Amino acid sequence: MAEIVKRKKALSVNPLKASSTIGAALAFLGFHRSIPMLHGSQGCTAFGKVFFVRHFREPVPLQTSAMDQVSSVMGSEDNVVQGVKTLCEKSAPDMIGVPTTGLAETQGSDINMALHQFREKYPQFDAIPVIPVSTPDFTGCLESGFALALQGIIDSLVPEAGVAGTRPGRRPRQVTVVVGASLTPGDLETLKEMVEAFGLRPVVIPDLSDSLDGHLTAEEFSPLTIGGTPVSELQTLGDSVATLVVGASMNKAADLLHERTGVPDYRFDHLMGLEAVDAFVAALAEISDESVPPRLERQRAQLQDAMLDTHFMLGMSRVGIAADPDLLNAFSQMLHGMGVSTVAAVAPANARILKKLPAETVRLGDLEELEKDCVAGDAEFIISNSHAADTAHRLGLPLLRAGFPQYDLLGGYQRVWIGYQGTRATLFDLANMLMSLERGEIHPYHSIYAQKPPQEKTEESHGIAKTFEDSGLRH
Amino acid sequence: MKQKDIAALLDEPACSHNKKSKSGCARPKPGSTAGGCAFDGAQIALLPIADVAHIVHGSIACAGSSWDNRGTRSSGPTLYKIGMTTDLTEQDVVMGRGEKRLFHSIHQAIETYSPAAVFVYNTCIPALVGDDVEAVCKSAEERWGTPVVPVDAAGFYGTKNLGNRIAGEAMVKYVMGRREPDPVPAAAQREGITVHDVNLIGEYNIAGELWHVLPLLDELGLRVLCTLSGDARYREVQTMHRAEVNMMVCSKAMINVARKLQEAFDTPWFEGSFYGVTDVSNALRDFARLIDDPDLTRRTEALIAREEARIDAALEPWRERLRGRRVLLYTGGVKSWSIISALQDLGMEVVATGTKKSTEEDKARIRELMGQDAVMVEDGNPRALINIVRENNVDILIAGGRNMYTALKARIPFLDINQERDFGYEGYEGMIELARQLALTIESPVWEAVRRPAPWVAQAPALDTAAEA
Repeated sequence: MAEIVKRKKALSVNPLKASSTIGAALAFLGFHRSIPMLHGSQGCTAFGKVFFVRHFREPVPLQTSAMDQVSSVMGSEDNVVQGVKTLCEKSAPDMIGVPTTGLAETQGSDINMALHQFREKYPQFDAIPVIPVSTPDFTGCLESGFALALQGIIDSLVPEAGVAGTRPGRRPRQVTVVVGASLTPGDLETLKEMVEAFGLRPVVIPDLSDSLDGHLTAEEFSPLTIGGTPVSELQTLGDSVATLVVGASMNKAADLLHERTGVPDYRFDHLMGLEAVDAFVAALAEISDESVPPRLERQRAQLQDAMLDTHFMLGMSRVGIAADPDLLNAFSQMLHGMGVSTVAAVAPANARILKKLPAETVRLGDLEELEKDCVAGDAEFIISNSHAADTAHRLGLPLLRAGFPQYDLLGGYQRVWIGYQGTRATLFDLANMLMSLERGEIHPYHSIYAQKPPQEKTEESHGIAKTFEDSGLRH
Repeated sequence: MKQKDIAALLDEPACSHNKKSKSGCARPKPGSTAGGCAFDGAQIALLPIADVAHIVHGSIACAGSSWDNRGTRSSGPTLYKIGMTTDLTEQDVVMGRGEKRLFHSIHQAIETYSPAAVFVYNTCIPALVGDDVEAVCKSAEERWGTPVVPVDAAGFYGTKNLGNRIAGEAMVKYVMGRREPDPVPAAAQREGITVHDVNLIGEYNIAGELWHVLPLLDELGLRVLCTLSGDARYREVQTMHRAEVNMMVCSKAMINVARKLQEAFDTPWFEGSFYGVTDVSNALRDFARLIDDPDLTRRTEALIAREEARIDAALEPWRERLRGRRVLLYTGGVKSWSIISALQDLGMEVVATGTKKSTEEDKARIRELMGQDAVMVEDGNPRALINIVRENNVDILIAGGRNMYTALKARIPFLDINQERDFGYEGYEGMIELARQLALTIESPVWEAVRRPAPWVAQAPALDTAAEA
């Protein structure tokens, strides 16, 4: 049980947090022919767009309700109506997401009323679902916004079993996979392969591995997402044989899905490390009634071997992690299983899962606090996003980049963290990092009597323990 | 090298293996031999001399598979880390161009790296085709004015142990006695302390562990003329004949060096170890005893008392974590007993130790430490080691790196104690690192994780019973 230490200082320095607004936008990007329109000023979208473009190195469809001075004061509902109408006219998307920003919420914009007006005014677009999500950036973080968006999508588009006539297991090989923001497109691809290995058909919501995985398409340009889960699939989730939920942040969305469809679900806080992946694979075996494929057994054995090989470096080492709650928990738990202590844990916003962290305290805070805690806890390496590169540099510690954003690393979005293989690769990377440090290294000692060549002596005369009195013996 | 020279090296009068009628080191058995060849032994013994260009004269496998493969460290030059080989081609071998290539290779090494000296290691193929390496070295030295030392160590001459002796022999023959020691620098003179010169033979400064010991020697006024060969320089090796005492560190590998120095210069020597609190103290006492300077003896005792008290306190928290843990030790020769005392200092229980390369003397010391019923493991094949682990509820196997992956595959905690390791355990200070590494692996949660059967496997495949069957 970790103690949650709330923010105490006025100023956030080197912030860790990315807004819940863009988190919600990200969830919409995992559906085919979809576009999020942030309800706020145009800057809200511009920054969000840059954030994702730099991270994914992909064009990212993102629009704005473009609130200006007048609408900010007088009411912005009309901006929403106009904005949604324009999107419908221009590109007839399969889904429009409307996450609200802090500006819209503070102003008191009634997004539901706005959409009601839109439906009344433009019935010709009734077939196009528009999903409002309340995600002011003054609450939560990227992960929570992402979860809220999916909750909204389920609420709007997954029908009640009784009404739609869906029945759990009517599609006996279909499995719904509800995934949180901590999973990368690479993770999702791995996850789908694991599910498919049991002869099951995964419907991933949302599926960023189909939209933002960095692939060239036949289309030269699209104002909407290319790839992602087809919106029409949402109608069939009630027929799935089971729902798999990955990420504690998705629990509320999963509750709603279960309430709507009655499909039994299996929940996993994360999929890193032997224990977590074992539980996931066991669930797949149970759902599919198939035996575990030899390939997975093999990967499991490979991970076990890697755990042994890397425990020499990782054992008793100390890590500082700053990330959104699910990712923070995943790394911390997985590394705990390797004998690594989390000496600094920072999350941008609170979440229930944080209490479960194998660390003394979890701080809700920024990278400055990560930096301080790393010093206090004598951390040896850091796991965080690209913003922590300078932090790590100042501390002289290596950084493993994970989470959002990763703008100084190509392919970061494609990195696989989960599953047996993803865990193995992570262990290797971290062990290599630690091996490259001078840990436990004995510093050269120069004997006062040494008959080393004269030129060596002059070279060495600076900054070195010259006598036994100030040698390593007395440290 | 001629057969009679090899025989002379094998017949080492100072070696306690050499008392029976069929003397010398055992012949390797085809199909059932582990361990390196004479070349391996020679190269390993001398490579740590840091300012020397080490050229392996042969085809690629000798250097190619072995260079940059040892954890020895230097406080200065890093030339020893640069791999050099003549990389003989088929043409060289068939056409007899090996000598020429070697000659040019030596030139190139001298031109590019200005080494203090060049050591040339002869290997099987040039030995077989009859390259006159000694002559090439001689004429290269004359031509370029840099010492060039032949180390005739073809693999087929014999074992790694023989190679160590060949290396020692080459140092005695070509290097030692070529220079007088520098005067003790005025800055290093201390009031009332007479400086005594000593050598450490067979100390390789693995992971820099010598640097845990050197400050102690400095404090006592013991000048290490040369360490053969950890963090050594060529000019230091040249002065080794002037030591008052030689210590054979943890190894009989270069016992011939100590013996020859004793024969030629009357230098007494003793065998000791820097592993474990008791052994470090003993080694320091042995120096004082052989030098026979009452003041040194007094200061040595004072230092030992101070350091033992300090380290005892520092080790206490570790002892609590390690006390009663059971160890299987499988290392060669001297380490079979020297590490035992280190482990006992930590409150651990050594249930068995390997004695494959140990002498009768070593075994006697083992009995002294572990009692008359000490389990000694002659045959260290992996299966046998695993069985001992299972039968004796061993918590950790301590052995050389090459056994590591065997242990890990059998899901047995492991500590690497041989030359490839990354951590230094010598000296009082090294004990803390040793304790840390032991606790790190023994207490690691991974053991439970890798022994745990997959949740979808109904019945646990009982690993332990399977291993015992």
